[in-house]
Amino acid sequence: MAIEDDVCVVGGGLAGMTSAIRAARKGARVRLVSHKKSTLRHASGLVDVLGYTPDGELVAEPFDALSALPEGHPYRRVGTDAVRAGLDLFDQVAGDAYRGNHTDTNALVPTHGGTVKPTARYPQSVAAGLASRSEETLFVGFETLTAFDAPLAADHLAAAGVPSRTRGVTVDFPGEFRADSRVTRFARALDENETIETTDGPTTARRALAAAVEPHLDGAGRVGFPAILGEDEPSAVRTALETRLGVEAFEVPMGPPSLPGLRLEELFDAALDEWGVRRTTGNPVVDFEADGGRIRAVYVDRNGQRTPFHADQFVLATGGLVGKGIDSDRTGVVEPVFDCHVPHPGDRYEWFADEAFGDHPFARFGVAVDDDLRPLDAGGGVEYGNLRAAGGVLGGADFAAEKSGSGISLATGHAAGRAAGEAV
Amino acid sequence: MGQRDLAGDRPRCGSCGGRGGVIDGLPTMSDADSTDEFEPVQVFETTDMDLRPGSDDCYKCSTCDTSCPVAEVDDEFPGPKFQGPEQWRLKRKEGHAVDDSITGCSNCMRCDDACPSSVPLSQMHNTARGEYVESQRFGRETLAALRRGKPREALEIVDEGRQGLVERVRNRILANYRTSAWFASKMPRLANRAMNFGPARWLMEKTLGVTSEREFPAFAEQTFREWWAERGGAHVENPEQRVAYFHGCYSNFNTTEVGKAMVRVYEAFGYEVLVPPQQCSGTPMFANGMLDDARRHAETNVANLAAAIDGGADVIASCTSCSMALRQEYPELFDLDGIESVAAHTYEALEYLRLHEDLEGALAEADVDAGEFAYHAPCHARNQGLDRQAIELFADLDGATVEDVGDSCSGISGTYGWKEEKYDYSMAIGEEMFEHMDAADGETGMTECPTCAMQMEHGTGYEIRHPLELLEEALV
Repeated sequence: MAIEDDVCVVGGGLAGMTSAIRAARKGARVRLVSHKKSTLRHASGLVDVLGYTPDGELVAEPFDALSALPEGHPYRRVGTDAVRAGLDLFDQVAGDAYRGNHTDTNALVPTHGGTVKPTARYPQSVAAGLASRSEETLFVGFETLTAFDAPLAADHLAAAGVPSRTRGVTVDFPGEFRADSRVTRFARALDENETIETTDGPTTARRALAAAVEPHLDGAGRVGFPAILGEDEPSAVRTALETRLGVEAFEVPMGPPSLPGLRLEELFDAALDEWGVRRTTGNPVVDFEADGGRIRAVYVDRNGQRTPFHADQFVLATGGLVGKGIDSDRTGVVEPVFDCHVPHPGDRYEWFADEAFGDHPFARFGVAVDDDLRPLDAGGGVEYGNLRAAGGVLGGADFAAEKSGSGISLATGHAAGRAAGEAV
Repeated sequence: MGQRDLAGDRPRCGSCGGRGGVIDGLPTMSDADSTDEFEPVQVFETTDMDLRPGSDDCYKCSTCDTSCPVAEVDDEFPGPKFQGPEQWRLKRKEGHAVDDSITGCSNCMRCDDACPSSVPLSQMHNTARGEYVESQRFGRETLAALRRGKPREALEIVDEGRQGLVERVRNRILANYRTSAWFASKMPRLANRAMNFGPARWLMEKTLGVTSEREFPAFAEQTFREWWAERGGAHVENPEQRVAYFHGCYSNFNTTEVGKAMVRVYEAFGYEVLVPPQQCSGTPMFANGMLDDARRHAETNVANLAAAIDGGADVIASCTSCSMALRQEYPELFDLDGIESVAAHTYEALEYLRLHEDLEGALAEADVDAGEFAYHAPCHARNQGLDRQAIELFADLDGATVEDVGDSCSGISGTYGWKEEKYDYSMAIGEEMFEHMDAADGETGMTECPTCAMQMEHGTGYEIRHPLELLEEALV
């Protein structure tokens, strides 16, 4: 009885949403079951394919580097065409809000820590800040926004050898805000262009912000702000600042909660609605029902109560160690929803390297899959005929070091969703 | 298949030895660290409600703060992260009482849904609010100041206490809606007139801080329970399919048509409906820190519902805040016999039918002459994973379209929007919903929550229906 769909996707991050949209485009009736708000609001909003090789070398042309990845890497499983198809799907969802699809070459985006991140797609709001450009750059931080130290970030970028002069300045965000105001509070003030009280009388938020920055411009060709320039109206906010300052303005991606991530989440939500993907959010999937090597239903839990969701095909997209799709205790590493096998050394002292930034085996922990992305058991056999895995739950990639997380989610989400949709 | 229970992240009442709270009297550090040999140092004093493990799970990502509808409009409100884990640590120190900003939290529980670490935020807020209200005693402190020879300080305490007392009386009246409603239901017509009588409302605002902006909801001529008794109880007997209806205060005293629709729909599917004796779910009491009141009501509810469950019934609620209380808040806050069973057997009315009947099939064959609805998902439906249910269910129903008006909070949050000092914030929060309702095709609203319905009507003038009423029209 009860709730039945063709395809059930477990996990609401980039991989889950991509596979749900892809399966729905195949004509399947799709349900997305997720526990919490999408992890996209924790993400920078940058979409990487491959920024570094497993040996730590910077990658300029990610597509040329894919074939050199080790056997078992998710990109090797799905192939270059799936990576391109995943990015195509992303470009359709993101539309004008994103740039980078004009080239296969990685763009270099300055981050809030003052590093340079190689990435394949970046929000429109970030475009003017690319580190490869040569105009002198002024970074602006705010006294109360401690997560972005603009002078420090500018110094880091200078030390990294970017081709432009960089300067950083810390100013007061104009107006009477709490000392610990949220980034969304500033974004809303700019979205709505709220009236701000200043010593010279009332003015509007965008005008006041431009006025606070203007005296520090001193010939800079562009100005970088932490990513707080509006949630709903980022382009209008940026344009207003550019008009007043007479130079280009851009955002520097920040940590969570991330406005570029929130904006991307909204784009994907709209795409899920457009494709009729049914969504159930708020409870964790904790159990399942199987029959003869096939999953029949997954169960979500609410204080001991179990609600089943039946489907013909399932996609596991619960994320990695951080997303809690992979979990560990002192005795071993597990995939908690379907209890799929996660290859790892028996001795937990072999799970990590001694150096903090060493080559940690745990970073690559995840389920092993066949070429159809079906998780494999300890003996190399398929765990369940109608279960596929996508995104961070897959083993074989250190996406934090490689800068490959979003690309893997898009490519494997696309492949898993297409296969699930075709199998219905 | 022995799967790991992810829900086990959530600490339960410490005194009953619940998962993740206390093991052998010691707080657990995390799943990975809880082994037999490992004995964590007992840094903090544990109480019977040990929330430390949940507090330690907070890594300050602030996602809860960006999901808080109150923090969005009230710059003075420090947000759920402060009210939860940060305040929990602070108040463990000498001289740090619960901050009075806790009264700003409207108990929408959106922070729970937002937290990627399953920090039990709403549980922390509920307990902190309880402590805050409990600490609002002023007689003893006044005497102490007098004894110390500080009459001025004593006067200050009295003055603060007097203001606190008015607020407390007001909150108590609002929270104990069931009591007022019970009185009103004895003379509904008079009550309807009296409650919205201008001068009386002015007086209520000036003396008690109950906003005069709102219309009091109309009381039904006959309560649901009176109707139930008059019809002679259940019309279907079926020991195999039995549900115990938790109607709550609102569908008993005000929107009795929701309760009646629930009965008729369930009987059409062949269910025997029980209507056990019951009190308020406690939701308005949790939101006002009156945990003792809530516990008293919970004792009755749990005893009667657990007995019905033992008799083969599942529990059904038509109000999503009531089902939220029974499912989540009860086991988090109280330690009562049968409480886990009630939590595990409680369902929202549509949810239960979806799980046990071919509701989609039945609706696909039905047609109605109902028109277009602008649907708002209550926060407490959202937290139960039910926010898209009505949209999904009615998608294939001929003669009705149900359009989602977005994921904003309605802003009333039960008693929150009734407080004079919160009214403007409440309307500011609701603004987005009003705009979306206005832009939607329908001129009739739809929601599961009685107070959201009040706010929707207040902000747009629309008539508001419950999904069960549409279901009744389609299937009965």
